[in-house]
Formats: sequence, structure tokens, C-alpha cells
Amino acid sequence: MTNSFLESLGSGWERLRERYTALPVPARLVLLVLFALFFYALPIVRPPILTTTEIDFGGVMFAAAAFALVALGLNIVIGYAGLLDLGYVGFYCVGAYTTGVLTSYHWHWPFFLALPVAIAVTMASGVLLGAPTLRVRGDYLAIVTLGFGEIIRLIVTNTSWLGAASGIKDIPHPNSIGPNPDGPFGQHGLFSIPHLSWNGIVPLIDSNHSTPFLTFGAVDAIPYYWLLLTVLILVLIGDRLIKASRVGRAWEATREDEDAAELMGVPTFRYKLLAFAMGAAIGGLSGSLYASGQGGYINPQSFPLLLSMLFVAAVIVGGSGNRWGALFGGVLVAYLPERFRAVNDYRLLLFGMALTALAIWRPEGLIPPRRVRRVKQVEAEIEELEGGTVDV
Amino acid sequence: MNFGFLFNNIVELTITGLVLGSIYALVALGYTMVYGVLQLINFAHSEVFMYGTFAFAWVVVFMHGTASASQTIGGTIGILVVALVAAMLLSAAIALLLERVAYRPLIKKGAPKLIALISAIGASFSLSEIMGLRDRITGWVGLDDNLKNYVAKARDLYSSPIDIQPVNLFSIGDYQVTDVDLVVLVAALGMMVALDQFVRRTRFGRGIRAVAQEPESAALMGVNATRVVQGTFLIGGLMAGVAAALFMIRFGSTRQDTGFIFGVKAFTAAVLGGIGNLRGALLGGLLLGVAENYGSAVFGSQWKDVVAFVLLVLILLVRPSGLLGEALGKARA
Repeated sequence: MTNSFLESLGSGWERLRERYTALPVPARLVLLVLFALFFYALPIVRPPILTTTEIDFGGVMFAAAAFALVALGLNIVIGYAGLLDLGYVGFYCVGAYTTGVLTSYHWHWPFFLALPVAIAVTMASGVLLGAPTLRVRGDYLAIVTLGFGEIIRLIVTNTSWLGAASGIKDIPHPNSIGPNPDGPFGQHGLFSIPHLSWNGIVPLIDSNHSTPFLTFGAVDAIPYYWLLLTVLILVLIGDRLIKASRVGRAWEATREDEDAAELMGVPTFRYKLLAFAMGAAIGGLSGSLYASGQGGYINPQSFPLLLSMLFVAAVIVGGSGNRWGALFGGVLVAYLPERFRAVNDYRLLLFGMALTALAIWRPEGLIPPRRVRRVKQVEAEIEELEGGTVDV
Repeated sequence: MNFGFLFNNIVELTITGLVLGSIYALVALGYTMVYGVLQLINFAHSEVFMYGTFAFAWVVVFMHGTASASQTIGGTIGILVVALVAAMLLSAAIALLLERVAYRPLIKKGAPKLIALISAIGASFSLSEIMGLRDRITGWVGLDDNLKNYVAKARDLYSSPIDIQPVNLFSIGDYQVTDVDLVVLVAALGMMVALDQFVRRTRFGRGIRAVAQEPESAALMGVNATRVVQGTFLIGGLMAGVAAALFMIRFGSTRQDTGFIFGVKAFTAAVLGGIGNLRGALLGGLLLGVAENYGSAVFGSQWKDVVAFVLLVLILLVRPSGLLGEALGKARA
């Protein structure tokens, strides 16, 4: 039964996609904008079933968006280029610490100046790791990257220049717009947006809670979520462009058959390195945003190796190779445990069981790339032609 | 950088490194055999090891009580042997369960390797959490009071309260070799040699090698591939059980998350020696144990793991398929 439910989820997605592609371009754009607006409004609207009851919903949405961004980056490495990276948390950590060091611990750069530097540093670390290791075979790459993630964590734990075990605190928030008591906008920035509260199915305006627009403070997580969502959309557009380009096709060829791709004149090593660097850059970007987030505090315990496993799980569960699948997986992995805090102690246990169950019942992920579905269809047709199932 | 310390204690560091390394090697066998046969990273093997350590501790608590009363040598050895058998049995059972639940359905479907890894990660989480929540789980059936010596404080360190006083046997240089060192080393090496011979000489071993080389042809020649895979998991589990017992004899306590880092190290050892290669696992394990000890002597113990992974990267650069990078299937009879 579970199987058929998951199947129908996948084919439902496919049908939705077909309908969407049949629409004229302006209508598609309008739909996309509406879709994005829905997500911008989500923490304000606080719909009854989705909203987490025991923990700040804005914070959860921030975490979910951060996970989605990471999953999008890792999807380039795993899904497009087919490189299994088990140490992605290392890049996340490098990005976060670069931001921490530049804006708080040793220097006092403004956040938006530190962000590009953090991305560049992470990208460089990706190239440094990738250049020697991408020549080894796939399975070895997994363990080497796993080691990298652990090495980064140990280095930040043991280096006093990076704050050692106590970490870096008071990382400045992104620059707010407007909240200047003497300025034209007053304390609360440009304007405040009230939240909704629900009485059954009737929405009410909750005037006690409101979110100041573009004011990054310690109290409200929603502005951070908006910033992250904006970044996410930009990355999504970039991802779409690069996937459809020559580079994206080169990745696909390399993933499917490296030797054949090399014979056809694709410099596979260079493209793998590029995928690695791009993935690393996005990891660094999300790490940087995480560091300057609501808490403004990072320490080595924020980057356990387990997090890497969760990242990989997000990509695979969602559907490796499909950007929407990766997004969905990232949101799912971050959101579900927070939504069901009632089963707090059993969260990890249930999560583990769900992972295994999903892997067995839906190996191609919840929203697999179209190519996978097509292959499946063709295989089924061939099998029918041959008249019976071949058991290997 | 403290090379003086390294050179002054080189004998001790080498021997304790070999002892630790031989335990790594035993766990690495589980990774290497499954990889050799199925080309899968058996990520949950670390939990197989962890369950073995608990089985060992439970048996010791059961037979010895919680107090570490003085015991005769014979009694202590008896308890240790029973605990060893229990560890092997539980580890093997968990390994078989893993194969049945997390792997076989995927192998049948011919799913991509990455998916098997996710399934294994899920199984690993579940197994570790079940151990960490064992007080709750026994609480559901109202047994937590009766079993409180076994399940209370499920997330804390759990130790086997047997009093093993290391006896100095003889000295090499200025290091006194204890009986614990010797037992661990001899037992681990003995198991490795036995397994190596088993794979090389017996009929079942030939089956394993055949499936590792070419599963379809092996099936045509009458090898039952499912049985072979099961057997591989069973052997891996038994070895992990032995490793768990030796680990408990040497270190004395365990926790529900002991498996994770230990498993990563053991997997590193397997890759170091050439994954899929039994002798490689031994070599990799011993090398890793010794290198870690030397590394922590020179750089300080907090850099121990960094040394291990950097060593791995360096060796893979020179020999991209591990030190003895020969597949399980190519092992000569």
C-alpha cells in the first residue's frame, strides 16, 4: 500500500509537470511567482497543520530552507556529476567559520562583504580537496570525503585561532535596512507585517506578533528565512541554467560512463572538479548564512559528521538528479523531525526507519529526474516484449 | 611536534598500536567482505560491532553481578569465553537481520548502489537508537525494573565490571607486554588467518570468490548467490563479534554511539589495504593503529584522527586502489 502511495506521488508530480509545461510562458511565470510568494508568506500565514507547535515556526522554516539550499548544492555533486560526497558538512563548516572569523573573531567586516569571501574560500577548499582525490575511484571518494569532513571538524576544535571548542559567538547579523531610532523609519525598519493566527479554519490577524521587514535581530527568525529563500531562488535559477548548458550535459555524460565521455572528448576530470567546486561554493554559502543567522553563534559541535549523512539522505530521498526532488528532500529532512517534536526521543529512530523504508520502496527517490522515469518505462516495455520477467 | 617522545616510547607505541589495529582489522573484514561480494559499503556494520560490545557487557554483568568481586582465574576465563560467544552470536544475528531487511530487497531490485547506502544509513540510525532507547523499549512491556542493570541510563557509558588485571609477561625494550595485549593480538591474528584459509580453501570460500568475480556466471555454475551473500554477512558479523569482545577486554566500556567513529576507522583501514581484500584489511588495520599512535605521540592525541585520514589520502594518491588493491574474487586458492 505504501508502495502504491509513493508511486502515485511520483506520477502525480509527473502529471503536474506535464500540465505545467503545456501552459504558455507568461502563465508559467505567474504560477512560479505565486509559488514563490506562497513560501515567502508561509511563516506569516502560519497554516494550522503545517505550523510547528512546540518550536518557533520561523526558526523551523529557516532550518528547512537552509537544508534545502545545502541539498541543492549537494545535488550538483551527487545527482549531476555522480560523485558520492560524504563530507559535505566540511564545506558548510568552512563557510561558517570563514564568516565567523572575518566578521567577528579577528576582523569586523560587514556581513555582505564577508559572504563572497566565504564562498571563495570554500570553493578553494573544494578544489584543494578535489584535485588530488577526484582521480580515485568512486567508492574511495566516499571515504576520503568522509575523512575531510571529520578533519575540518577536528581542526576547528583544536585550533585556538578559530575559537577551539568554545566556538565563535556574536557573529554580526546581516545589515538591517531602516531600524534606526533617529532615522526616517524608526525602530521597526521600513514597516511591520502582522502574523495571522487561526481560530479553527478562520484566519485572524494577530496584532501582538509582527515581523519587521528587513530587520535582522535576535528575536525573529523570519527575516533570515526571507533572505535565505531569496538566495535559494537565485541558486535555483543558476542551477537550472547550468544544468541545461554544455557543462550540465558534460556532467551527465561523465556520470553515466566516464570512459565513454572521455573518448568523446569531454575532459571528465575538469568537469568533476568543477562540480565539486560548485557544490562546495553552495555549501559555503549556506554555512555563511547559517553562521550569521539568528543565534550568531557557531562551535564545532554544530558540524557533526552525522549532518553529512543527513545531507546525503536529503538528496537521495528527494530524488538525486532532480533539483525539485533535492529541495523537497532537504525540506522534509529538516522539517519532519521538528514538526513531530511530540515523539522527541524517538525522532532519530523513526527517521532511520523511514530512510530504510523509503530506500526499499522507492529507490529512485520521491521525485526522481524525468530521465529515470523514462528509463523505467522503456525497461518495462522491453520486458513485456520479451514476454516475461527475467530473474537475475 | 614531539619526536623525542616518539623515539623514546617507540616500542610501547608500536605494540599498543598493533593491538588497536588488530581490532580495527577484524571490523574491517566485515566491510571488505561485503564490498568484495556486493560492491556495497555496508555502512551499518559499525552497529553490528556495537551490539557485540553490549552483548559482551551484558553477559559479564549477568554472570558476575555488578560488583567486581575477586574471582579465580578459571572463573574469569570462563565468563570471558561465554561473553565472547554471546558477542559473536548477537553480532552475527544483527548482521543477518541487516542483510534480510536493509539489503536483500534492494539487491533483488538491482537498485543503484547509492540507495543501498541510504538504506544502510537508515538501518544504522535505527539500530543505534534502539540501543540508546532500550530503557524506554523495555519500559513499554514493564520490564525496565527487572532489567535495570542492563538498560538503565541507556545513553551513558556502559561498562563490563569484570576486573581484568593486566599481568606483565615479558618486556621488549622498556615496555612490559601484558597478557591483555597478547590475548587481543593473538586472537585477532588467529581469526584473520582462519578466515583467510576458509575463503581460500573451502567449498563455501570458493563460492564467495566466484560470486565476487562474476555473480551471473557463478549462479549458472550452481552457486546459490543469496546463500553466499548471507554467509558473507554472517562471517562479517562473527568477526565483528570477536572484535567487540576484544575491544571490551581492552577498553572495558561502550556506548550506543561507539560504533560510528570506530566503524569509520575500520572502513578506512579496509580502504587503506585495498577494499575487497582480506589480507589488505589486516595490513590496513595494523598500519592504521600504529600510525594513529605515532601520530598522536608526535602531534598530540587530539590530532589522532587527522593523522589517520591524511595517511589514507596520501596512500590513495600513490596507490589509488589501496596497498594490496586486489579484489576478493582474485584471491588465489
